Amino acid sequence: MTLLRNRLWLVTLTALIALFVVNWILQPNLVTPNVLKSNLTVFLPIVLVAIGQTYVVLGGDIDLSVGSVVALVNVVTVSVIAALGGGPGGVMLGMGAGLLTGALCGMVNGLLISGLRFQPIVTTFATGIIFGGLALLVLPTAGLPVPAEYWRTYGGYALGLPVVLWIFIGALIAIAIISRRAFFKHLSAAGGQRTAAFQTGLKVGQIRIMAYVLCGLFAAVAALCLTGETASGDPLMGRMLALSSISAVVLGGTALSGGSGSAFGSVLGALVLGMIGNVIFFAGLPFDYQTLIQGLITLLALAGGVLVSRR
Amino acid sequence: MNRATLLLTNPLVLATLSILALLAVGETLSPGFARGDQIIRLLTVSAILGMVAAGQSLVVIGGREGIDLSVGAMISLGAVLAGNVMAGSDGGIVPAILVAGGATFVVGLVNGLGVTFLRIPPLVMTLGMTGVVQGGLIVLSRGIPSGNAAPSLMSFVNRPLLLGVPGILWLWALVGIAMWFLLRRTQLGYAIYAMGSNERAAELTGLPVRLIRTLLYGLSGLMAGITGVVVIGYTGNSFVSVGDQYVLPSVIAVVIGGISLAGGSGNYFGVMLGAIALTLLQSVLITLQMEFWGRQLIFGGVLLLLMLLYGRTKQLRV
Repeated sequence: MTLLRNRLWLVTLTALIALFVVNWILQPNLVTPNVLKSNLTVFLPIVLVAIGQTYVVLGGDIDLSVGSVVALVNVVTVSVIAALGGGPGGVMLGMGAGLLTGALCGMVNGLLISGLRFQPIVTTFATGIIFGGLALLVLPTAGLPVPAEYWRTYGGYALGLPVVLWIFIGALIAIAIISRRAFFKHLSAAGGQRTAAFQTGLKVGQIRIMAYVLCGLFAAVAALCLTGETASGDPLMGRMLALSSISAVVLGGTALSGGSGSAFGSVLGALVLGMIGNVIFFAGLPFDYQTLIQGLITLLALAGGVLVSRR
Repeated sequence: MNRATLLLTNPLVLATLSILALLAVGETLSPGFARGDQIIRLLTVSAILGMVAAGQSLVVIGGREGIDLSVGAMISLGAVLAGNVMAGSDGGIVPAILVAGGATFVVGLVNGLGVTFLRIPPLVMTLGMTGVVQGGLIVLSRGIPSGNAAPSLMSFVNRPLLLGVPGILWLWALVGIAMWFLLRRTQLGYAIYAMGSNERAAELTGLPVRLIRTLLYGLSGLMAGITGVVVIGYTGNSFVSVGDQYVLPSVIAVVIGGISLAGGSGNYFGVMLGAIALTLLQSVLITLQMEFWGRQLIFGGVLLLLMLLYGRTKQLRV
């Protein structure tokens, strides 16, 4: 146990490899470019949301509103694209509006929690309801298809590699850059020893708000990816993302009490969650049992994760 | 702070004023809104919410970021189990209550064990449990609405029992008295407040804090399960997501009632008023024919407003 402390991501990596092998046995065509690509397409949104959630959790907070942020960004994007006629310029503007929406949602969360000293859990629970309500206001029912170029590009290839792989690589580069910046150290300090961080002169309030904005931005990118997958708007999209992103963060070895962890671990955690779903599916369990088994494994993994990373 | 503001930030005063104001607004919008039988109807709906909120209150008062987000799934579990056990016959009511209450109590205890012994944050534990219970319900009922309420149960919830008041309201009054007795007249009650306001101190005085907290989550599950039985009595049949709509209101009712989310303070009478105020608000919004999204915005907004009034943490401004 001592050896594994703060190295939970190693356990997660092992679990990921084991799950991959099991999945390969159950599904012999797993290691073909097309199947791998479609797997990555399915996992990408939760990977992105989990990365964003990591920064909030590192700062000692939590964001339960990410699922609704994803829904809101999705409907804003498809609505702006539709309003502008669906040309390439309209698509770019729609995606820009989506990213801005995500950042704004994060900003609202951050200001309420850090500025007004609201309790993070209930606040993001409440803002999640509000963002979800706004999503239903923007687009009351699912629909409003995006132009074919949008989902063709997302599902296609660039420079010989799938676009989804480029996005995944881009996300890894982003977390590598963020983890080398002073912000990351300040954030961990703010999450681990908030009072001490404040007393050494860190602008803890601003740092926490930044973490929420980052979380909103990653949720927005996840929403743009989901839009590429579903090719239309859905105001109820992403309902389970809050819980699965937090599960991924815990599995990745980030302490929910804040202060230590890494976004890279969360990526592994998100992939493990996705692979669990795959294995359950290909194990040929009756459909009725799949939700139950997935819920149980997630809960057990959470319990195990918290147990190993306990300080 | 002058006296008027002090009075206005008192949760009980605020909740009572909101109830009166909402009744006046409702009556203005649609005459007959505040008629006797309508009020009984509103109170019946409030009672259902109030009973889940009772368990939620205990968990929140017990502290350490206590919250039970699995109550919705537990209500569904209670309703589906009760519906299948009684299957429309009066003789099945008692077994139905025992099975529904027993199952949800045990699931609640598991929540409590996760929170206390594995130290999983309550929010994550109860959200995770929600997924498990929902999965279990799909297995149990194959996703199809199942089970029927017994006639006596339906008349207990919907028809006058004594002095023109339905049995469910008498039951709610009993729950209120039981909560008051538990929290204010028993050692366990004082222990709950003690561990909610200062866990370390409570532990040092020799209180079995972990045991009590586990029990609180069990009780929250039990109350949700009993609420599930009432819900099937109210609606006649059950489906796997019947309880989902109560999760957020149960938390809001607790906050309106003046129970600090930091734990260690508040009482259940405020929560009862909170449940009534919230039900009235919902009813007024429906009278206004406001769409679902509008109601969501107002609900979320009310919760944020309440946090502004008395949900702010007293920490260093950092």
